Amino acid sequence: MAYDQLIFERSQRGRIGYSLPKSEIKEYPLDDALKRTQAPTLPEVSEFDVVRHFTNVSFKNHGIETGFYPLGSCTMKYNPKINQDLSNMEAFTSLHPYQPVETVQGVLEVLYETQKMLSRISGLDTYSLNPYAGAHGELVGLMIIRHYHASKKDFARKKIIVPNSAHGTNPASAATAGFDVVEVASNKDGTVNIESLKGVLNATTAGIMLTNPNTIGMFEKDIMEIATLVHEAGGLLYYDGANLNPIMGLARPGDMGFDIMHINLHKTFSTPHGGGGPGSGPVGVTRALKPFLPEPVIRKAGNHFFIDQKDENSIGRISHFYGNVGVVLKAYAFLRTNGKEHLSEIAKLSTLNANYVKESLKDTFKLPIDKYCKHEFVFDGLIDKSTGVTTYDISKRLLDYGIHPPTMYFPLLYKESMMIEPVENESKQTLDHFIKTMKIIAKEALSDPDMVKNAPHTTPVKRLDEVKAARDPKVKFKDLIA
Amino acid sequence: MKTPKELYYQETHEWVKVDGDHAYIGISDFAQDELGEVVFIEMPEVEDQLSKDDEFATVESVKAASDLIAPISGVIIEINEDLEDSPELLNEDPYENWIVKIEIEDKSELEGLMDSDAYQKMTSE
Amino acid sequence: MFKYLPHTPEDIKAMLNTIGVKDINALYDDVPEALKGFDLDIPSSMSELELTSHFKSLAANNRPLKSFMGMGAYDHYTPSVIRHLIERQEFLTAYTPYQPEVSQGTLQYIFEYQSMICELTGMDVSNASMYDGATATAEAMYMAVNVGKKRKHILVSLTMNPVIVDVLRTYAYNQDIELEVIDSLGGVSDKEAIKDAMRHDTAAVITQTPNRYGLIEAYGDLGEACSANKTLFVINQDPSTLSHLKTPREQGADIAVGEAQSLGIPLSFGGPYIGYFATTNKLMRKMPGRICGVTKDKDGKRAFVLTLQAREQHIRREKANSNICSNQSLMALFVTIYLSIMGKEGLFEVQNTSKNHAHYLHDMLLKLPHFTDSFKKPFFKEFTLKTTLDVHQMNKVLSEEGYLGPFNQGDFNSNQDGLITFSVTEKRTKEEIDHFIDIMGAL
Repeated sequence: MAYDQLIFERSQRGRIGYSLPKSEIKEYPLDDALKRTQAPTLPEVSEFDVVRHFTNVSFKNHGIETGFYPLGSCTMKYNPKINQDLSNMEAFTSLHPYQPVETVQGVLEVLYETQKMLSRISGLDTYSLNPYAGAHGELVGLMIIRHYHASKKDFARKKIIVPNSAHGTNPASAATAGFDVVEVASNKDGTVNIESLKGVLNATTAGIMLTNPNTIGMFEKDIMEIATLVHEAGGLLYYDGANLNPIMGLARPGDMGFDIMHINLHKTFSTPHGGGGPGSGPVGVTRALKPFLPEPVIRKAGNHFFIDQKDENSIGRISHFYGNVGVVLKAYAFLRTNGKEHLSEIAKLSTLNANYVKESLKDTFKLPIDKYCKHEFVFDGLIDKSTGVTTYDISKRLLDYGIHPPTMYFPLLYKESMMIEPVENESKQTLDHFIKTMKIIAKEALSDPDMVKNAPHTTPVKRLDEVKAARDPKVKFKDLIA
Repeated sequence: MKTPKELYYQETHEWVKVDGDHAYIGISDFAQDELGEVVFIEMPEVEDQLSKDDEFATVESVKAASDLIAPISGVIIEINEDLEDSPELLNEDPYENWIVKIEIEDKSELEGLMDSDAYQKMTSE
Repeated sequence: MFKYLPHTPEDIKAMLNTIGVKDINALYDDVPEALKGFDLDIPSSMSELELTSHFKSLAANNRPLKSFMGMGAYDHYTPSVIRHLIERQEFLTAYTPYQPEVSQGTLQYIFEYQSMICELTGMDVSNASMYDGATATAEAMYMAVNVGKKRKHILVSLTMNPVIVDVLRTYAYNQDIELEVIDSLGGVSDKEAIKDAMRHDTAAVITQTPNRYGLIEAYGDLGEACSANKTLFVINQDPSTLSHLKTPREQGADIAVGEAQSLGIPLSFGGPYIGYFATTNKLMRKMPGRICGVTKDKDGKRAFVLTLQAREQHIRREKANSNICSNQSLMALFVTIYLSIMGKEGLFEVQNTSKNHAHYLHDMLLKLPHFTDSFKKPFFKEFTLKTTLDVHQMNKVLSEEGYLGPFNQGDFNSNQDGLITFSVTEKRTKEEIDHFIDIMGAL
């Protein structure tokens, strides 16, 4: 029986799990009028209870180290342990963000050098490490676009162009930044349709958000022409760095004509996903846009690093302090470990892996675009759909084989989308095992479709009633005992 | 898919039932099928002014949240409160379970809407 | 060969054969030549031994100080078990729990986290976390504008930490929100001025307690006044102070947000921290971020799942409640384990000790000639005094002795130079506090 207790259900009145030194300082009473009327109901458990509880809870999760995790668009690569050890050094973790700069030159060097390395990799002039995640970086980038046009008194530019294959955060970020979203059509291979683009470019265009390769793993080979068209129309180009992995060291977004981009350190640069963060979404810009970067800014003068808390032309502050510094430390360690020798190797092997899996399964799964891809590609469900087995069913059946499913139903271009990204750390043996398993499931779909439609069968829980959760949300422990 | 003959429809899948100077507005069978099981409906309030082509409500399922577009203009005189407790009624019978009742402002706006044959044709493509 | 890349020449040959190309470069034929062939100017690869050496020399250039400052980052003790548990790969390396059948670990701790935030704040529902307290406050502002439909006026008390107000200003610009600031009255929010400034189009009133000076704010009937005007009342509060202080719910808040770093997260030079966001049942569907709920699986077993996802970016796209995708999930686990270890008694005791230490320092400093308390109002573990001493010089001396001295409010507003804010936690021993006082006395 899998462990099934909430920490509150392990509570026993009077148990404690903490230890604090006894203070020699006397009690200073607080005015009763300021106090809360009832103490919060927090767990009362021993230290061992806590360790047992969370250990058992962890067993119900599939991590990257558990098994293959080909989640397209997420770049689930190995998170090196050494990066954990080094970023946990007390000399970094015990620093208050307002310590005098002379006392924090070590961490400032890491931040500054990371900014520099990201510049060199991407071909953009300067970076800010303040944004906390990719979506946050997108928002910052879009704000820079807005402030740029405002600085030129060009207030009519209210539209951001987004391909219909884009990740949901792109239009959401554009709307948050106060823009209207205009979609541009794709060609059959998912790349931007130039004629459609020409049709939407005009004096109200603020910019375009693109990722390259796009969300189907296709390189936008017309990118230089797209950049020229957008710039001629007076717009700026924003690069969503989620798909940087296959072009690192081989091509630079700055050279393609992008003016602003974000990078996902938790994707390309191996920092842990953490179940949904903390990530980091550094934003890079061309020299012309450098003044707009958010405050505060890390700078260097001679051999000395310092922080400018205020910056006149900046879009302002988008974080309390300097971003997810602990995450940046890990990315720095990754960059120094791989160095210039191995980044492009990572890129090439991620592309090799994706093409290998694609070729090996295209006689079983429907491949809408039969071309060389980069680090990821999309299948449109099974070729033989006669028994009604969907991408959803196949994904759930993969769980029974200890494999995390690919991304389901994204991008929206295909009805039964399945986006597969087999990162560079995965060996041919792992890929062969995945290929074999997918073929077995495809056979099961024909010989025993009900079994597949009712999968998973061996996971800690089976298919869930998501309707019930949405109709009658129970979102805290008190809701269960009410 | 059911497409009752006496109703008006629009491309965004709302229907209108005229009742004298009043009209009932709801979503079609096609719409509820596309959405899947409805979990919540965000409704406007009585006395709100509905203008043609405005968003006036949102129907939410597990996988989507659809904004409803007003097919004609008018003042809301009644909302279907049963849907607040039992949003699944929209799946059970989307025509019986209307969403809002309005006082029609301009009957000529009905001319721009589709009849059941035209809507049926559109949704079968 | 390289340790992270498993491909042998034989592997590569076999794979290229399956694909039908001679070498990997052929897979990049669609990349324009003009983009290729640049020199990647970053340092060369390092072995683990060299990397460790390098980090040690970087570490040697950091000098951690014993903190007597807060301003959004509090030096509380981190119980040993937390790091061991959060670094379990099942928690650390997993992705967002979109496949709930193999993510019950992540979903369960999010549910426990949400429960604890609701217990602390008194609110009905919490989300799975936001980036930090400042951006959580900005998201609350956006939510109020969204709920208020046509309302775009926001009232902000200047007793809030000015950094948070700066973030609000940045975010307000995006959506043409009118941010009106209300000056403090004797160091706390001017309730009457806020009420007077409320308009028919005021979407929210945003305040903070304990505030930028460490002073505890009591809002009286401000919550009711907001309610009567259909204005949302947003309170930003350090959740660790909720062991003792009146909850945002008790003060009439519609939305409670804040920075939860104070729940045992190491100072870490400013991040990763975690913003919390909680609201009422009525406003649940308007709340940004992920929410975890309870349901059953098809065998009737209790299970956890992300719910109300139709509001989020991956479904609603440009109409989403927020663009947030990754949040600070692992830090939510951190805080959940902290609150489990500390528990009911422990959170109270650690905050009580911090409060006592801060009050002791306050009283002792007032015995010295150069310090006065111009506010004379209740505070918790952070307080502000006026000094006639040169603050820069003071902090230099303190730093040489290994202490991080008080924050100079003059760094925010030049007319507040000499108004200095201290914070003391359970980590500062009486010996350290007495030493600190001696140094201050000798200045």
